Amino acid sequence: MSESREKVLTRVRRALGRGSLDERTCSQLAARISSPPTLTRIDFTEDAVERFVIKARGEAATVARIADDQEIPDAVAQYLKSHNLAAKFVAAPALRSIDWPQHLDIDFGTTRGEHESGVTPCLAAVAETGSVVLLSGVQTPTSLNLLPDNHIVIVRHSQVLRNFEDVWRQLRERDAALPRAVNFVTGPSRTGDIEQTIQLGAHGPRRVHIILVDDTEA
Amino acid sequence: MQFTSADFQRNVTKALNDPHLQQALKRGMHGFVDKRAEAAAAVPEFERLRDEAREIKDHTLKYLDYYLERFEESVIRSGGHVHWAADAIDARNIVLEICRKANARSITKGKSMAGEEIDLNEALEAQGFEVVETDLGEYIIQLAKEPPSHIIAPAVHKTREQVTELFHQHHRALGFEQRQTEVTALVDEARQVLRKKFLHADVGITGANFLIAETGSNVIVTNEGNGDLTSTIPRVHVVTAGLEKVVPTLEDMTVLMRVLARSATGQEASTYTTIFTGPRREGDEDGPEEYHVVLIDSGRTAILETDFKEILRCIRCGACLNHCPVWSSVGGHAYGWVYSGPMGAVLTPLLKGLEATRHLPNACTLNGRCEQNCPVRIPLPAMLRKLRHRQYEDNLTGATTRYGLNVWAYLAKRPALYRLVTNVAARTLFLLGKRRGRFSRLPLAGGWTRGRDLPAPQGATFHSQWRARNSS
Repeated sequence: MSESREKVLTRVRRALGRGSLDERTCSQLAARISSPPTLTRIDFTEDAVERFVIKARGEAATVARIADDQEIPDAVAQYLKSHNLAAKFVAAPALRSIDWPQHLDIDFGTTRGEHESGVTPCLAAVAETGSVVLLSGVQTPTSLNLLPDNHIVIVRHSQVLRNFEDVWRQLRERDAALPRAVNFVTGPSRTGDIEQTIQLGAHGPRRVHIILVDDTEA
Repeated sequence: MQFTSADFQRNVTKALNDPHLQQALKRGMHGFVDKRAEAAAAVPEFERLRDEAREIKDHTLKYLDYYLERFEESVIRSGGHVHWAADAIDARNIVLEICRKANARSITKGKSMAGEEIDLNEALEAQGFEVVETDLGEYIIQLAKEPPSHIIAPAVHKTREQVTELFHQHHRALGFEQRQTEVTALVDEARQVLRKKFLHADVGITGANFLIAETGSNVIVTNEGNGDLTSTIPRVHVVTAGLEKVVPTLEDMTVLMRVLARSATGQEASTYTTIFTGPRREGDEDGPEEYHVVLIDSGRTAILETDFKEILRCIRCGACLNHCPVWSSVGGHAYGWVYSGPMGAVLTPLLKGLEATRHLPNACTLNGRCEQNCPVRIPLPAMLRKLRHRQYEDNLTGATTRYGLNVWAYLAKRPALYRLVTNVAARTLFLLGKRRGRFSRLPLAGGWTRGRDLPAPQGATFHSQWRARNSS
C-alpha cells in the first residue's frame, strides 16, 4: 500500500475528527450499498413504450416501428436506402442469428471507423429519457455505438423500462459485476461549443435510428 | 496554467473592454438560464431531487474514508488500478509514470477539471507526449493556448469568427485549405481532425462526473461522445478525479445525474452517459487493456476540515456561473484560475490561499441566484460572506474598506448617532442634488460615480420614512 494512500486516508479521518470507523458503522454502510435506498424517480403515467418513442424523437433520434423480428432486415435495408447509404454495414456478432438476406453486405465484429453504418442490439431502453442502454462484450463491441456515422439500434417493446433504477435492477440480476462499459445513448452526438449553437454529429454518430419491434403477445 | 487571481481587477477591466469576449458572452449565454428554468419546471420532483442530491453528497462526505476504500476494492476486483495522489505533484507523477510504462506517444483527453487543476497537459507535453483535448470547446482553447472560461462550455468566450481563424491557422497544414465560417462546417472539420487522433492514441485520459463505490466505476456524461471514444479506443484509460466524486451506489448516482443534466444544460439526460468499470474483459474486441483511477486530494481534505466543506458537494454543473451577473459580464478568465463564478470564488481561495485571491469573494452582489439554482444547494452567498469576514480578520481587506467598515460599525452600534448622521447626510445630499436629481461626482464615491450617476436622496432617510408610514 502506497504512502500517499495512508496519507490521504489519515487526512480524511482527521478532517472528520475521528479515527477509523467502528465495525457497526461499517456494516451499516455496507448494508446501504447492498440494498440501496429508494430515492425519487421521475414519475409519469403514460405508457412506457409510447413515452420512449416521444422522448427519443425529441432528442433527434428516428424511430421505425415494426411488428416482428422477421421484418428487421427490411427495416434496416429501407433505412439505409432512404438515406442513400450503401447496403453495407457492421453488425454486432449478437445479431448473427437474424436471417439476413444476401443483398446486405455485413461484417460481424468490431470496427475502427471504416464502416459508414452499424447495427446493434441493446440491453434495454429507458422511457424516462428516451435512451438506449448498450453493454460492452464479446457479442456487442462498444466501438459500434461510437464510430459509424449511422447507428441503428434494435429495441423490443419488452426491453423498454420506465426508469434508470429498473436498468440497475436488471444489471444486478444479470451478473454481480458490471460489463466494462454501459452506454446510455440519447439521440445522436452533438455539441454546443461554438456559440452555443447545437450541432449534431460532433464525434459520435450523426444519426441514431431505432427499430422498435413489437414483441408483445397479441 | 498561469494563476492570475491577484490581478482580478485588471483582468476585469480587460474583459469589459474586450469586444470579442463581450460579443461571445452576449451570443452564448442567454440560453442557459431559460433552459435550466424550463427543465426544472418540467418535473414536479425537481426540488425533492435537489434535497436528495444534497443528502447523498453530505452522507458520502461524512463517511468519505469508507466509500473511498470500498471504491478502491471494487476497482481492483474488476481488474483496474487505483492510485492515491496527496497533491498535484503526486497526481502528475502518477499519470506520467503510467504513460511512460505504456510507451505512449499520443494521448487523447476528455474534459477533466481535476486535470486542469493539476496542470496535467503542461506536464505531459514537457515530457514529450502529444496531448490532444477532444471536447470541442477544450480543443478550441487548447489551440488558442488558453485555459477554460466555463466548466461545461470552456470556449464560450470565443466567437465563431475566432474559431474560424484558429482552425484555419492549425488545420491548413493538415490539408484543410478553405476557411470555414459556418458552425456546421467548423464542427465537421474538427470531427475529421480529431477522429484521426482518437484512432491513433495510446492513452486516453478522462475525468469522472461520478465514481461509484459499489461497482468501482467512473461515470462520464458528454454530449459529443468524446469521453467514450477517449475511454474506449486507446490501450490505456486513465481517470483523474477529485476524492469528492465518489458516491455509494448506482441509485445515488442516478439522482445526481438527474439534477446535473438539468442544471447544466437544461437536458433531461446528456446524450452520452457511460459507466466504465475496469479494463476490457476476456474475448472483448475493444476497450482498454489497462484501467487506472487517480484519486486526487490536492487541498480537498483541508476543506473537509472547515466550515466550507459544503463546497465539496459541488458537481461542476456550471449553473452558478450561468446565473451570476458578475460572471456574465466578465467571463471566466478574469477569475484567474481553473474555476470561476460563484463556486470558483469560493473554491479558488480555499485551494490557492486567501491572499492572492482576495478580490474573488468580493466579486459578488449577494443577489443569491447561485444558491437558488445550485442542484446540491451549496450556500454560496453565505460562504462568500464568510470568506470576506475571514479576509477582514486576516488583515487582507484594503485600508480604505477597513476604515469605511470601522466607521460604519461604530455608527451601526449607536442607533441614535446613526439616525442623526444619516439624517444630516440625506438632507445635505438632497439640498445639494436638488437641481439635477443626481450626482456625477462625489467625494469618497469615485468607484461608484466613475461608471454611473448616484441618484440624489429624496430628503428623508429610510428609517424616518418607515416610522412616518407606520404611524399614519
